[in-house]
Amino acid sequence: MKNILAIFGRDFKSYFYSPIAYVVLTIFVLLAGLFYSNIFTAIVESAMMQGMRSQQYGQPAQPIDVPGMVARNFFGTLSVILLFMIPMITMGLFSEERKRGTIELLLTVPLTNIQVVLGKFFAGLTFFCCMLGLSFLLMGTLFYFSTPSLGPIFSGYLGLLLYGASLVALGMFVSTLTENQIIAAVLGFGMILVLWIVDAFAGSTGTVMQQIVSYLSVIQHLEDFIKGVVDTPGVIFYISLTVFGILLTYRSVESYRWRG
Amino acid sequence: MIEVENLSKTFNGIKAIDGVTFRVDKGEILGFLGPNGAGKTTTMRIVTGYMPATGGSARVAGFDVYEQSLEARRRIGYLPENPPLYHEMTVRSYLRFVSKIKGVGAKQREPGVDDVIEKCRLQDVAHRIIAKLSKGYKQRVGLAQALLGDPEVLVLDEPTIGLDPKQINDVRQLIKGLAGSHTVVLSTHILPEVSMTCNRVVIIDRGKIIAVDTPENLTSKLRGAERIYLEAAGAAEALQKALEGVPGVSKVLAEGQTGEVSRFHVESQLNQDIRRDLASAVVRGGFGLLEMRTVTMSLEEVFIKLVTSEDHSGVQAA
Repeated sequence: MKNILAIFGRDFKSYFYSPIAYVVLTIFVLLAGLFYSNIFTAIVESAMMQGMRSQQYGQPAQPIDVPGMVARNFFGTLSVILLFMIPMITMGLFSEERKRGTIELLLTVPLTNIQVVLGKFFAGLTFFCCMLGLSFLLMGTLFYFSTPSLGPIFSGYLGLLLYGASLVALGMFVSTLTENQIIAAVLGFGMILVLWIVDAFAGSTGTVMQQIVSYLSVIQHLEDFIKGVVDTPGVIFYISLTVFGILLTYRSVESYRWRG
Repeated sequence: MIEVENLSKTFNGIKAIDGVTFRVDKGEILGFLGPNGAGKTTTMRIVTGYMPATGGSARVAGFDVYEQSLEARRRIGYLPENPPLYHEMTVRSYLRFVSKIKGVGAKQREPGVDDVIEKCRLQDVAHRIIAKLSKGYKQRVGLAQALLGDPEVLVLDEPTIGLDPKQINDVRQLIKGLAGSHTVVLSTHILPEVSMTCNRVVIIDRGKIIAVDTPENLTSKLRGAERIYLEAAGAAEALQKALEGVPGVSKVLAEGQTGEVSRFHVESQLNQDIRRDLASAVVRGGFGLLEMRTVTMSLEEVFIKLVTSEDHSGVQAA
């Protein structure tokens, strides 16, 4: 545990030693802010229009859950923005160690490989949580103007956390494959995008195959969380994807020793 | 302390090392000498547990480096060929991190870091960022990192590379000072380094050990013959005749002449001092003896002789 913490601490801090952290966080806040204000205005406007229309026809106004709609839309947008940001977080985790030769230090001190892998995974995940935290500053405005129901917001964040953990684990695996950060980032994008749109390939034939393939889509499961439903298959899906990514990373690091 | 038996490593069908066997006793400094690509780094990487061997075994302090890797690694300080530095960290925070992952207890960590900073003379740069340091300082930070946690065994891959002459001297003194309490294996291609710091030398070439001995023995064994350089005034041919007539002389090589001064290399059987007889022969012949000295073969020449010879069998027998 102490060893995992040591690796975690160094890797997490190293984000802030390099410009990557600042660039990623700035772009993220900028994009998230733009989309948030857009979504916010659009929904508030449409709610007002609807209210006016029902007044015109003299009907009782339909209750509209404005904060809930804003939250739902914003979660959906966030998941896309994060998708592009995660490879930036994970690209250096192992490729940089290999390029600099520091991997030789990590693999010859009394640390097990799994400690190294977990330390790095949690460093990446914590950085991801920083981004989620920043997005909550925007989401917080909802609490200022209204009283949104907490359930969907909680489940939305839980979903994003699980979704992020699985993508960080997979991105980390990709970074073990190359010494080049750019290649690691591009491979990461590719892989995540495939997992994102995989259900589109299956079409809507309703066959067993299609069901399997759409189960693999990382975004499908997130939709339930955003709607406020914490469903077991979703949780299991993300956790198993995370464990799978961590195991792949572990095996890949193990293979450094053999490949020399 | 270190026992390496019949170690071999194959990369894509190419043998990097083949049947390497040696042992290092506690407190000894062993030098690994060989041209680039001879297998020095590969051997060290296997001993430190960075990569497994294809065949054979290596034990450090009685622990197999593969089967009981963590136990073995706890006892090894390793300076790889390229010092493994995180360039964005300061020297001190880097050393702190390394002592953490080496499992040094929280209380001993700061004194340990201070100690290696002093040993490697890093006081002036302790708070600077590693990326901004010169090559010599980086190398010393790498060495400091290896010394952290006071491991019993030190494996140093070219520890003096990139240092200036004064720093080289400092590092050699530092390594010499470690002997006795630590067991050191170091690799180098600088020969004086070996004769200055090491108790024993392993010469490795194309993945095979071709000689193991003390630096002194290696030079004398490989010399095969004593050589004397002689300079005298007089007719060259008469001189050569007179020298050849001295008992014990096996060969006289004329090295040219300027004016009436002639120069020769006289070879004799090993362990036979013929200088007295040579001198009197020159004087008796009526020539003027100007200079005479024993020529010792440097380790450098030994090394070149060893690694360029096609047949290594003669050496191994020696």
